[in-house]
Amino acid sequence: MTAPAPAAGAAGAAGVAASGGMLRPPGSEAARGSVAARRFSFWYGAKQALTEIDLDIAPRTITALIGPSGCGKSTFLRAVNRMHDLVPGTRHEGKILLDGRDVYDPSVDPTTLRRRVGMVFQRWNCFPKSIYDNVAYGPRINTSLPRAQLDQIVEASLRRAALWDEVKDRLRQSALSLSGGQQQRLCIARTLANDPEVLLLDEPASALDPIATQKIEELIFELKRELTIVIVTHNLQQAARASDYTAFFYLGRLIEVGSTERMFTAPREERTNSYITGRFG
Amino acid sequence: MTMAPARPASIPAAAPAHPSAPRPPRWTDAHVTVAMRSKRHRRRLVNGLMVGLVTLAALLAVLPLIVILGHLVALGGRSVQWHFFTSLPRPVGEVGGGMANAIVGTLILVGLASAIGLPVGIGAGLYLAEHAGTWLATVTRFLSDVLNGLPSIVMGIFAWQFLVRPLGHFSTWAGSVALAAMMIPQVARTTEEIVRTVPVSLREAALALGYARWRTSLSIVLRTASAGIVTGALVAIARIAGETAPLLFTAFGNQFWSTSLNQPIAALPLQIFTYAVSPYDDWHAQAWAGALVLIGLILLISLIARLATRHRFAGPGGD
Repeated sequence: MTAPAPAAGAAGAAGVAASGGMLRPPGSEAARGSVAARRFSFWYGAKQALTEIDLDIAPRTITALIGPSGCGKSTFLRAVNRMHDLVPGTRHEGKILLDGRDVYDPSVDPTTLRRRVGMVFQRWNCFPKSIYDNVAYGPRINTSLPRAQLDQIVEASLRRAALWDEVKDRLRQSALSLSGGQQQRLCIARTLANDPEVLLLDEPASALDPIATQKIEELIFELKRELTIVIVTHNLQQAARASDYTAFFYLGRLIEVGSTERMFTAPREERTNSYITGRFG
Repeated sequence: MTMAPARPASIPAAAPAHPSAPRPPRWTDAHVTVAMRSKRHRRRLVNGLMVGLVTLAALLAVLPLIVILGHLVALGGRSVQWHFFTSLPRPVGEVGGGMANAIVGTLILVGLASAIGLPVGIGAGLYLAEHAGTWLATVTRFLSDVLNGLPSIVMGIFAWQFLVRPLGHFSTWAGSVALAAMMIPQVARTTEEIVRTVPVSLREAALALGYARWRTSLSIVLRTASAGIVTGALVAIARIAGETAPLLFTAFGNQFWSTSLNQPIAALPLQIFTYAVSPYDDWHAQAWAGALVLIGLILLISLIARLATRHRFAGPGGD
């Protein structure tokens, strides 16, 4: 990869600074960032979007969610950090566990949850602010953070997102002056500044050219060392290249999940086979 | 255009060459048939005609403004001298005299009205945009539209009924409340329209970073929409600064120096009205001068606010 960033060291610095230890449960470091769905169903009004999903995602792995449009993979992704909360008329049954704790439990504060489970969207959505302010936006929720510490977090996050060398001389410029691929990596840096345990990516490279896509994929691969990554993608080559595990969704159900290698070489379900060989979807 | 942030050399300017920019000819004249030539000729003619028509419309739109300004300068310009800003009105026949009390009075009235009306109006607009579907929003939106069409003198009567009568005297407060009541529905509706244009993706980004909904509204939605909201607020301020009817029986006017909020206070529109309907020539000249100063004041407010809210990061649509 590009920057010779001491990834673990930088992450540690950012972690201490951003969370201050307050956002973390006292659980062991090794287990953090595991996600599991237990008979999870989801409705938009009367329309059922997910039916009894059971899925385990191990810490520090990359899991790709694949399936045709409307199969529920993005719905599932957004359910993990409760982005559906603000959509009126939605409801769910079952559980989604983050490190063994149901994220829909009434005692869970969704804003704290979203800081532990970061999300990057399909279309990069940098704020119309400077590059620095974009990255500092998350940590600044703690308004008493000293300036020097903020600088440190911004640099560490930009390094982790492999963007530091490209922007270090123009941190005060508008984020909107960056190219699309750079803006998407800035969005990833912005999320990393919160030092999340889980990173949800909703088709992060679908609007990017092949070179920018490759950079994002390399970056995701680097981040796997520190984070649990769940990525929704329509690009099967991307799923095959970049992920450890692949989950195939179809019509709101989880059809099959397994190691990416096995899923793409020896799928057990006929529907999986049809989809990955391009017979539908 | 001049405000666009400096673009790094590595990123090409977004827009391709303008369609009307000269291009290398693909056809030589030898290829052009007579029929093609006449068609091309007609297209150019129609194009020229339409451009001419819209240019004319634009000129007609600014014509009244230029005529009014010219008229004001011609008739009132002579009376706008230093003492006009520093001295009080003098009785008929006495030379000199100014509208210092009315200028200060208008500033106080408009400032107080803005202090009441802008926060309420912007807050209401934010509510209308963010909670669009609720019954309260529907009712508020409908009533705002009704209030926007309400004659301004009715606002004056309202303030008279609820402030002047119970308190027993005219006051700055009553005038400002009447003006604020005029601002609120207008500011609410323009704020709502602007806030609705903030992309959902920006809200989602802030929420996904762990911001609560109210903080997202304040820090992202309002900030992103700030230029539009300021413009809306300025239009509202400019409108109330020139209002006369709501002040007639609330602020009432005052020939003497007063900055008390509990006393009747002078205001430029009122002073202009009083002088304009008087039978004296020198008062007429003062009225023209007052009108000129009022327009200058509004222009100044607009300019200052425009400069203060120049958008640093309004880059080429990143979204």
